[in-house]
Amino acid sequence: MDFMYNEVQEMLKDSIKRFVEKEVSPHVDEWEERMEFPIEVMKKLGENGFLGIPYPEEYNGQGLGYQEYIIVLEEIARASASLAIAVAVNGLPQLIIDKFGNEEQKRKYLPKLSTAEITGGFALTEPDYGSDAKSIKTFAERRGDRYIINGTKRFISQAGVADLYILLARTQNTGSSHDITAFIITKDMKGITFGKKERKMGLNATATREIYLEDVDVPVENVVGKEGYGFKIAMMALDSGRITIAATAIGIAEAAKDCALRYAVTRRQFGKPIVEFQGVSFPLADMETKINAARLLTQRAAFLRDRGLPYSKEAAMAKLFATDIAMEVTTNAVQVMGGNGYMKDYPVERYMREAKVMQIVEGTNQIQKLVISRHMVREISRTL
Amino acid sequence: MKILVPVKRVPDPDVKIKLKKDGSGIDTEGLKFVINPFDEIAVEEAIRIKERLGDVEIVVVSIGGEESTEQLRTAMAMGADRAILVVHPDYIDPPNVAAILAKVVEKEQPDLIIAGKQAVDDDLGQAMQMLAEMLDYPQATFASKVEIDGTKVTVVREVDGGLTTVEFEMPGIITAELRLNEPRYASLPGIMKAKRKPLDKMTPADLGVEVSPKLTVKAMSEPPARKAGKIVESVDELVKLLHEEAKVI
Repeated sequence: MDFMYNEVQEMLKDSIKRFVEKEVSPHVDEWEERMEFPIEVMKKLGENGFLGIPYPEEYNGQGLGYQEYIIVLEEIARASASLAIAVAVNGLPQLIIDKFGNEEQKRKYLPKLSTAEITGGFALTEPDYGSDAKSIKTFAERRGDRYIINGTKRFISQAGVADLYILLARTQNTGSSHDITAFIITKDMKGITFGKKERKMGLNATATREIYLEDVDVPVENVVGKEGYGFKIAMMALDSGRITIAATAIGIAEAAKDCALRYAVTRRQFGKPIVEFQGVSFPLADMETKINAARLLTQRAAFLRDRGLPYSKEAAMAKLFATDIAMEVTTNAVQVMGGNGYMKDYPVERYMREAKVMQIVEGTNQIQKLVISRHMVREISRTL
Repeated sequence: MKILVPVKRVPDPDVKIKLKKDGSGIDTEGLKFVINPFDEIAVEEAIRIKERLGDVEIVVVSIGGEESTEQLRTAMAMGADRAILVVHPDYIDPPNVAAILAKVVEKEQPDLIIAGKQAVDDDLGQAMQMLAEMLDYPQATFASKVEIDGTKVTVVREVDGGLTTVEFEMPGIITAELRLNEPRYASLPGIMKAKRKPLDKMTPADLGVEVSPKLTVKAMSEPPARKAGKIVESVDELVKLLHEEAKVI
């Protein structure tokens, strides 16, 4: 066991910190207000190698792992959860194409996604089916060497901004998990339109839209893996995605704790800094402890993944715990700061709004509990 | 062309320094260390020269304990080609720094030496001038702009109240002012490459230098706490106090 960052990880942390200080932090309020971050910041992340961390070097990746990837996501999320989510979402097509794509797809898309020459998204959720992903209605009808896709996707992060999406659609109706197929679709395909930018509680600088597909003509070579592999691909992608959401939530929680702590040591009431009251210092101690526990869980899930070991349960636990404590930490950070915490002059109210969605995306936390408990049952069943 | 960039490991200037109880030095526990910010500007300038001219080798050198390899790796992650660590963990004064660097220069034969104008830890800002004297090299300190044309180097220097432009023929020494450039952060490919770049270690003795301090630090103490300000009743009173008490008008 080793709880230390190695030299590369140490330098990476330093480097991404400085990147964020210069390119992200000064602009976050403006981005949130304008409901958009400039795509150039993604390109700059790409130029510095921060977008292709866990992918092979031959496709412009860095040949590193999730242990490095989560360092970057946490640091970005400390300043802008919106940007962290865009990076994580860009990571899903990268991950899926890298793991299940054929050589041609890898060559065509991976290098561009790593440099943000193009950016990506992931389209699974629909108006009527979210957690019940097996029941999605979007249909891809095979016609010779093409598919004709019709349907609606909802709550798609970066929709309308991203150039490429992994889209999950039904290719048959047998009621089995082999009904679903993963497709690569691109923004410029005929028949694709995007809904209005959704008005959200937080994460305002990341666009969320519906995607409408009307007789979208997709060639067979855009199928990822094989027809009928889509559900498996989506679930695997979500397993990995959960690690990225956990890291993002930790970044938000860390930023909130930092802000509350600075406030508590400088704000004076009754003749002393408020941190000298246990009503303030004890919640801060809880924040620190829980953030550290969440980070260790997340690092372990990343470690297992990097080793090629099963990590689905660990990723679900990390996502569940990290996002729950992010909600708790951000709520208490507002409380520590009192009236000031509630004002938009301080960032903690934003952190609180951002933490909430982390409990919902990449599988609600109730779904995480389902995943975890099913793993537990499977494990114990072997001994019964 | 070869550029030598001396870099120093210093406490992060964004962090407040605490002194050891006995005043013998600073409390380094949990303290983050970085490349001296002015040295980082020097590294950046060397990289920019390399980007402009192409055939340039950048060698970074540091004098310090083993932990200074962190700063050398960072400089290589930014773009320096190789590094030399002269292992000397104890305090070292400017004349000895200059003596060691003079030997490194003799060995490496760089065309240019670019360093920070001073280190932000002790703020002495002497070693480079001493080095220029020892080597009998021209020096252009407090540079805010550097131009190279063949072997001719033109440097715009920041001086009190204005700028001066000086010129010298290589080899020579430049010290970097804050406004020379804005250093890049190490890219991830840079970090990965830095792992494989050569880092040579040697001792002052290997270079034939016997470190004999001419300067010793006797004690360190905190600056006195600032006294509370005084609120005056009227402009007249303010003028009177500025005249009679502060004696500034």
